Amino acid sequence: MESAQPGAILTTADGAPLKQSLGRALRREKTVSLLLVAPLFLFIVVTFLIPIADMLLRGVDNKIVSEQIPRAVALLAEWDGGGGELPGEAVFSAMVADLQKGAKAKTINRLGKRLNYEKSGMSSLFRKSARRVLRLKEGPYREALVKIDRRWGDIQTWQLIKTFSPPYTGGYFLTAVDMRLDPAEGIVRQQEDRRIYLNLFGRTLWLSALITLLTLLLGYPIAYLLATLPTRTSNLLIILVLLPFWTSLLVRTTSWIALLQQEGVINDVLVAVGILDNDSRLAMIHNRIGTVVAMTHILLPFMVLPLYSVMKTIPPSYMRAAVSLGAHPALAFLRIYVPNTVPGMGAGGILVFILAIGYYITPALVGGSSGTFISNFIANHISSTLNWGLAAALGMLLLAIVLALYLLYDRIVGIDNMKLG
Amino acid sequence: MKLRKLTLTAGALALSLGGAATAQAVDLVVVSWGGAYTASQQNAYHDPYMAMHGDVKIINDDSAGTSLAKLRAQNEAGNVSWALVDVVASTGISLCDEGLVEEIDHDKVLAAAPDGTPASEDFGDLIVSPCFIPQIVYSTAFGYRHDLLKHKPRKIKDVFNLHRFPGKRSLEKVALNNLEWALIADGVKPSEVYNVLDTPAGVRRAFAMLDTIKDHVVWWDAGKASVAIQLLADGEVVIASAYNGRLFSAIEEDKQPIGMLWDWQVFDIDGWVVPKGGPHQEEVLKYLRFATDTQRLADQAKYISYGPARKSSAPLVGKHATLGIDMAPHMPTDPKNAKNTLLFNYEWWADNRDDMDERFEAWLAR
Repeated sequence: MESAQPGAILTTADGAPLKQSLGRALRREKTVSLLLVAPLFLFIVVTFLIPIADMLLRGVDNKIVSEQIPRAVALLAEWDGGGGELPGEAVFSAMVADLQKGAKAKTINRLGKRLNYEKSGMSSLFRKSARRVLRLKEGPYREALVKIDRRWGDIQTWQLIKTFSPPYTGGYFLTAVDMRLDPAEGIVRQQEDRRIYLNLFGRTLWLSALITLLTLLLGYPIAYLLATLPTRTSNLLIILVLLPFWTSLLVRTTSWIALLQQEGVINDVLVAVGILDNDSRLAMIHNRIGTVVAMTHILLPFMVLPLYSVMKTIPPSYMRAAVSLGAHPALAFLRIYVPNTVPGMGAGGILVFILAIGYYITPALVGGSSGTFISNFIANHISSTLNWGLAAALGMLLLAIVLALYLLYDRIVGIDNMKLG
Repeated sequence: MKLRKLTLTAGALALSLGGAATAQAVDLVVVSWGGAYTASQQNAYHDPYMAMHGDVKIINDDSAGTSLAKLRAQNEAGNVSWALVDVVASTGISLCDEGLVEEIDHDKVLAAAPDGTPASEDFGDLIVSPCFIPQIVYSTAFGYRHDLLKHKPRKIKDVFNLHRFPGKRSLEKVALNNLEWALIADGVKPSEVYNVLDTPAGVRRAFAMLDTIKDHVVWWDAGKASVAIQLLADGEVVIASAYNGRLFSAIEEDKQPIGMLWDWQVFDIDGWVVPKGGPHQEEVLKYLRFATDTQRLADQAKYISYGPARKSSAPLVGKHATLGIDMAPHMPTDPKNAKNTLLFNYEWWADNRDDMDERFEAWLAR
């Protein structure tokens, strides 16, 4: 119409231009929907995004060094660490002043602990020095410090402090992938006896994949049975699936201990029946087998339920049509039924895999040392070694891996194909 | 952490509002080790104290095994909820070093002995740190299933002998003690253990010795000795390290078929620390004065076989409260049990614990 009458402006009944009033209406609608979404959005920001950002910060935060020994750090910035010469008396005297202050405030040991993550021995160096440095009254401080511990006369000590004096560091993330920042050589692989995390990530991924596969193999027939039986029977069976689901995780894990241990039910039965000799009881717990068995059982409902809800929607007539067109029932099942359940397999698979990858209590209770997951190490760094920076870095890596796998899944299967119920 | 702080403050607010609304009752959260040990404290200290002071309620929290981490977290969040914490001496030293617990004037805070000896003298050199109030002397020793093993283990090196003593072992998941035992079992002179551990080669030697049994060890988490006892009772393991009092209650109270291996038991001290900035500190000090007096410490020995930390309590130790057996032969300090004991080097561990724990974790993960 506009092209027919280029000069005229379309107006609404109250005389306002159409474009304007349309815009106003749309804006109102947008505001309302924004307000409706706002509570949830704020909730997610407060409970999810802020903690994640905080965790990311902890994984790179290194302010402790410049806070604990500010004067020494400031002077070290001008020192050329590569020159092969120890820093001058001024740096030593600043270090003594900082150590004295830290020893009085009882905070210096935390610094030693921080630097110990990068080089073993630093913790004991700072502890020892903090105990003795208060007695130092006057210089020359260089000799005095070296006398307290000769590592102060080692140029590598000072290089390390200089390298890790900036307020932010990639040190934790490097440790999390078995690398380290060497003052002289840059980023290098971790010493062999300290390389553990890549192996753990690998184990976590591999065992989670295995568990996902096992739940699929076990869950598929159950879901099929549930979907094809008459409603009354299937409802009863669903309760059987849900019952363990409603039981406490700890109870289920502990019952697996009772079942699987060497003096446990399964071994006792095998010995009583005569299959096993009393001296050759199977070790099925406190190792990888324990983790896989217990977690497969615990995560099974997360596979069965999505599968069931998808199978329920597949009309039985599809299969009948395929058979009536001459397909063998097995072929019809494979070519017609199974492809229709892919969204359920995808949903169940992703659910189980992502839950498994972050599992913590079950591997801790039944995994021994060969069946523990990366999350057990994260928990250990949070609660016993107190290396929160490394815990944060490991957690962020785990999150990144999960997101990457999710994107990969989206690329291959398509996230739209997923059906949760 | 910000969020943590927020929820903690909100929780504290809710608590304080609730507290104000009800009565003047004081809840003291006392952190200890759980199991038979907390039970002995409940019987000897908590119950009598609560009977005398109707307004005080003592709430047990069994997370002493992770107290170092949790105290630091509480301190960082600015909200210390624990009133009193039971720790081993080395943890007490670390906490004091980091300024997370209060320094104590032992003579002022604690009761003198009945004969007037001041507390600092009565406890003697068991006061290993100005923040630490000793309670008991205990040891970490081994228990074994005498019905499942053909031979009786007598020496620490038997723990490492899988051939003669087949079956799994259970050890505490820490470097502490295990490194020392490994070296002694490998033939290092006990008096030389810490000198050897001071060298990288010595540490490697200790881990190499532990390697020989690594595949046969079920680890129990730090502080959770009850797990070791459970594993022993179930027959899952045939030899396990545990605190001697826990082994005592399994053997004597629960009549489990377990024998004691005292060889190179490691003595240690356990005691109280008061968290800096903790709640109800005045009440806590009142409680401490009562719970660490001569009679109370002697009373605890009626329930568990740990030696009281006061010299003046020793003559008062008598028979078990319910079993009626003499407690003296079950004490780690009894001459028959204490033929070979390892003197724990606190200074060495304070300086090297971070290193050793890290090495140990890495070793375990491989």
